[in-house]
Formats: sequence, C-alpha cells, structure tokens
Amino acid sequence: MELDLQIVASPINGMITSVRAIRPRRWFIDCPAENVAAVCRFLFDQAKLRFVISTGIDAEDCFEVLHHFCHDPTGSFVTVKVSIPDRTSPQLDSITPFIPAAEWIEREIQDLFGIRFKGHPNPKRLILADDWPEGLYPLRKDYRP
Amino acid sequence: MKDNTKRSVIAVGPLHPLQEEMEFFQLTVDGEKVTDIQVRISYNHRGIEKVSETLQFDQIPYLVSRICGICSASHPLAYVQAVEELAGVKVPERALFVRTIINELERIHSHLLWVGLAGHFIGYDTVFMWAWRYREPVLDLLEQITGNRNNYGNVRVGGCREDIPEGMEPKILQELDLIEKKTEMLTKAVLDDPVLHARLKGVGVLTKEDAVRYAVVGPTARASGVDIDVRRDDPYAAYPMLDWKVITQPEGDVFAKAVVRLLETLESIKMVRQAVRRLPKGPIAVEVKDIPPGEGLGHVEAPRGETFHYVRSDGANRPVRHKVRAPSYVNVPSFKASCIGGDIADVTITLAAVDPCYSCTERMAVVDGRGNMVFDFQGLLELSREKTFRIAKQMGRPLLAGVFDGSK
Repeated sequence: MELDLQIVASPINGMITSVRAIRPRRWFIDCPAENVAAVCRFLFDQAKLRFVISTGIDAEDCFEVLHHFCHDPTGSFVTVKVSIPDRTSPQLDSITPFIPAAEWIEREIQDLFGIRFKGHPNPKRLILADDWPEGLYPLRKDYRP
Repeated sequence: MKDNTKRSVIAVGPLHPLQEEMEFFQLTVDGEKVTDIQVRISYNHRGIEKVSETLQFDQIPYLVSRICGICSASHPLAYVQAVEELAGVKVPERALFVRTIINELERIHSHLLWVGLAGHFIGYDTVFMWAWRYREPVLDLLEQITGNRNNYGNVRVGGCREDIPEGMEPKILQELDLIEKKTEMLTKAVLDDPVLHARLKGVGVLTKEDAVRYAVVGPTARASGVDIDVRRDDPYAAYPMLDWKVITQPEGDVFAKAVVRLLETLESIKMVRQAVRRLPKGPIAVEVKDIPPGEGLGHVEAPRGETFHYVRSDGANRPVRHKVRAPSYVNVPSFKASCIGGDIADVTITLAAVDPCYSCTERMAVVDGRGNMVFDFQGLLELSREKTFRIAKQMGRPLLAGVFDGSK
C-alpha cells in the first residue's frame, strides 16, 4: 500500500498551494506561511503522521522552513514547505503548542537562522553558547565568523 | 528578586567525545518524588551542518560518521541514501548486503553496550562485565572489515569503501554463534531474574500516547507499543531480502526497553548470519560523477531509532543545506513524560533506558525546593543501586549481598 497524499490532504486543499510526490514515497506540500500551523496540525492530529524534524534553509532571497513528517505504515515522508521572504525580522507560527516534539528544533532554528516562532511556549536559546552575541546567526549564508 | 526555586549548576566533568552528546538535567524534587525536569543540551555543539556545507559530497560521509562513535555506520548510511535518492544512483547488490552487515553488527555492539551500562547503573556489575566482554568480538569483526573499531567510514555515495575480506565469512559465522549463545544466556538471566522484575517493571513508564506525542523512535517507541521500524517500513539496503521480525512490547517501562533491546540483538545476529550466507558476488560501488540539483531525504534505523538526513543540492559539488537529526534528539525530551512523578532513585535508569549516553547522566544534579544541590551523579548512582539491594534483600536473595556491599 502506498500513501496517496492527494486524497489524504483533500480536507486542507484550501489552505495549501500544491501537493506533489517528487519520487515514490517522498511527498512535498507547499503552503503559505499563515497556514503552516493549521496544515501541520491536520497532518499530526488527523492524518496521524509522525513528526520527524524541521529544517531551516537560507535560500538567499528568502528563508525556508521545512517540517518533515513520516507516515510509518507506508514509510512515506511528507514535507511541508514554507518560505519567509522577510529577511530583516523573519517569523513563523510555532507548531510546538500541539506537537511537543517540535520544541527543540524550533528553538534551534531560532538560534541558527534568527527565525522567530510565534506562540512558542519556551523560546529560549538551545544550541548556541550563552555568551554567543545576539543577532549573529551562523547558518545564514551571509554569516562571516 | 532571586528565584530560589531553581539553581543552575555548571556541568564539569570528563568529556566523552566518543559518546553521542553532552546533556545537563536539572531535577526539581519534592521529597523522593520528581516534580520537574529541565534538560539542557548542546555542550558539544560542533557545527557539523555548517561544516558540511563547505565539503564535497564524497567527503561528507567521513564527517558525519564522526557525529557519533557508536552510530558511526548509521549516519553516513542515511546521508548517502539521501544523496543516492537525489541523484538516482543504483547501488550494487553486494554493497547493499555489506551495508546491512555493518549496520547490524553496529546494532549488536550498541545494544550490548547498553545492556552492560544498564546493569552497571542498577548495581549489576556482572551484567556489565559480561555484556562488554561479548561486545568485544563484534568490534574486532568491524575492525577487520573496515579497519576501525568505530568511525568505520565504510559507505560512500554509490556503494561501500571496503569489502568483506575474502574468506572471512566462516570467521564471522563462528563469532556470531558465540555471541548468540552468550546473548541468549544474558537474555534469559535478565528475563528470569525476580529482582530485576521487581526493580525495573513499572519504572519510568512512557505511555503509548506520550510516545506518539513526543514522536519518539527506535526501541524507546517499540517498548511503548509503537510498532515502527525504518528497516521494515521504508526498506533500504538488503533488509527486504532477509527474514526477521520487529520486536515490540506494550508496557513502556524500563524492563520493556531492556527486553526489546535484548531480543533485537538476537534478531540482528540472525540478520547478519543470513546476509553473510547469501552475500552476492560483484562490485561494491559504482562511480557517481555529478549530483544534480534537487532534494533528497534519507533515514536509517540506527540502534537508538530513526536517523534522518536531508540534503539539498544546487548542482554544484557541495550541498546547499544538509540537515541531520539523531534519534536522541526526539527521545530525550520524552523524559518530561517518563520521569516526573517517579522516584529520584529511578531517574538514573529511566534516563539511561532511552540509551542516550552515560556522559549525559554525569551532567545531572538534584535540586531541592530551596535551591540546594542534594545529589550529584555519584550520589544518584548509589541511590539507584541501594534501591536494587533493598529489593533483593526483601526478596531474600543473598546472592547479591555476597557479590556487592549494598549497604556501603
């Protein structure tokens, strides 16, 4: 049995831009930044996907955040892709309030990319040392040590 | 005004660079009961993801095998699978079998290491000696195949670096027979021991609901009745060609985690034996020239659970972004569910039960309601052992009293 995300994701069709499989068992959902929390909540609570991790990416003209989920019965990855064009004060809705497993990774992305997660219950520093200077984000492409 | 309910304690102590990570736990307690646990990680942040962006695709396996000494086959495999998926590389069959053998040998030595440490934490040092004694031949086999006891660096994009040396198959099978006999003995000794039942059952329970909420993976999930295993769910290497089963237990306590790991070790021995017997002939790698633009996702069932790697390429010879998630990253936060409400004496073994690494527990301190540090790691270890001795004494098992002096 393969996962058909087109069918599974039909209740959230109005909130997303596209659903596509780039390879067998590798699905991507593009979604506008304002809907990311609702889409992830649907995938976690209703579609019963396992939260794997999130990836922050500096794509030079914008930031991207990918939330990776896994449908274990079929071994399929579902990645929710969001881009954040605002480079001066990038922010995104937090998914931690309903996916506790996302607490650390959102703090980590905040440390390394400077993306703020609105509604995060504990937005403290996680990865960088306490004496690391504010406003210096090591995984940004324009970072110079 | 100063907050007297909490106190930060600076972690000092020996560094274990071969272990997975450094962590600091701060427990808040009320009498014997744990009321809160704060976790701090990243004492050992090395910026691997940043370094990876500066390396070429074929150099990265050596970098990621150094993420963790114990899981040094799983990380490179997850990485090369992500790149192979992205580039559409077909890996020769023999390489798939060699990868399976290395990864299962890794699981055997990692699980035996855990069984030994778990025994040590509750005062069963004989288990520690036995488990580590029979872990040694596994490391010898890995050394003979790859040249290293750890940090094998044996996979590359397109296949493997080192082949199983010619004529080595009988030696592997012979060692496996010995390890299997001893692991069976250890398993039976653990399952039949009434003191261990009394000490570990119902301790540090992670319910199935919490396991799903915290998205835990590997033996931590399977011991809570969550039936997931990447080797079966998203087959890779030679696993779909072998006969084996996924071990699950419903209870979610420390005992269930021990049972899952011990039975899994026996399954791994079966898998390595089959893979060695059916090792196909042929090349162990194909040449991969260019990595096209695109995205690849790779995951592997490491001894502690799913290891995940994401790679994005823009067509150059280095990745634009390489994300790594080790299994402990999702397993460790579940302590909030498994430790709170339990005894202080159970914390050491509960934390150890997800198999992070013992340098983690060395960074642990107990703080009472007034902000005083009451136990350090050594104190907690003694507390944990005393509880075992107390249970053993109540059960009238003089064997322990003869071996250890639990009363100090």
